[in-house]
Amino acid sequence: MMDDKLIIGGRYITSRLFIGTGKFPANRIIPDVIKNSKAQVITVALRRIDFDSDEENMLNYIPEECILMPNTSGARNAEEAVRIARLARASGCGNFVKIEVISDNRYLLPDNRETVKATEILVKEGFVVLPYMNPDLMDAKRLRDAGAAAVMPLGAPIGTNKGLKTKELVKILIDEIDIPVIVDAGIGKPSEACEAMEIGAAAVLVNTAIATAGDPIAMAAAFSKAVEAGRMAFLSGTGAVKEYAEASSPLTGFLSAWESE
Amino acid sequence: MLIVLNGKETEIKDGMTLADLIRYKGLEPDRIVVEYNMEIPKKEDWEKVALKENDRLEILRFVGGG
Repeated sequence: MMDDKLIIGGRYITSRLFIGTGKFPANRIIPDVIKNSKAQVITVALRRIDFDSDEENMLNYIPEECILMPNTSGARNAEEAVRIARLARASGCGNFVKIEVISDNRYLLPDNRETVKATEILVKEGFVVLPYMNPDLMDAKRLRDAGAAAVMPLGAPIGTNKGLKTKELVKILIDEIDIPVIVDAGIGKPSEACEAMEIGAAAVLVNTAIATAGDPIAMAAAFSKAVEAGRMAFLSGTGAVKEYAEASSPLTGFLSAWESE
Repeated sequence: MLIVLNGKETEIKDGMTLADLIRYKGLEPDRIVVEYNMEIPKKEDWEKVALKENDRLEILRFVGGG
């Protein structure tokens, strides 16, 4: 278990909990959230500066030692995702990118076809590409073949806190795909992050569940422990599930039996 | 002269370079990204980019996101 290392894009990733920085009640708590979560990979979004309002830059709140993973949110097709990824890299904050191509406004489900196209282009340009996707096996294979560093299937629609609703499909990806499978979106509680890790996910990406918790800083720590526990459980090999009861205590030598002997 | 800055027609002084505009807006160059007529000029070249009428400029920064 000591050698249980997650390597993505040639980098050793110190925490299997990735966190997003959206929707926090105040940006000033983000440094403490990151510290308590122990997360190293942190997602951010790229947006136009609004010159009419005094805005803060998210980079001011993210420690230097973190790996910044800009997303391509706002992209509705591959071309827009590629444009945003190139701009994000020009900031000089590294070459990790989370591809997110969405044109469905109600459920925010990713467009796998456009995501594959964007991945093909960006891998050739030297990006470390982590695509957000619908958990479809064939598309996961296409993403792997295109050179994605990981695949990031959703657990449930973004921001819903519904949990690992796609469990059976994510399991199939974990079984069949030889690159890290990271559950992104929908995870609402630490137990659900733990569940994803128990079935063998390489990591989980959590944002809304932490950001909208009553105490986001404490919740970050709860997620950190859950992810560690789930990973340890996966590596330990969970016991078989059985239909009927099987006593844990010996079935011989009962008190009543002593009397009848 | 008029340029299109972040999607809005914006009046700027003639003869400004990209670097001048960034300074004028009080932005920290290290923390922003610029797209100039759909190209991404390198930061070290911002001084050399002379802005012209109808240029399309996008100035972006990182915000919270998941």
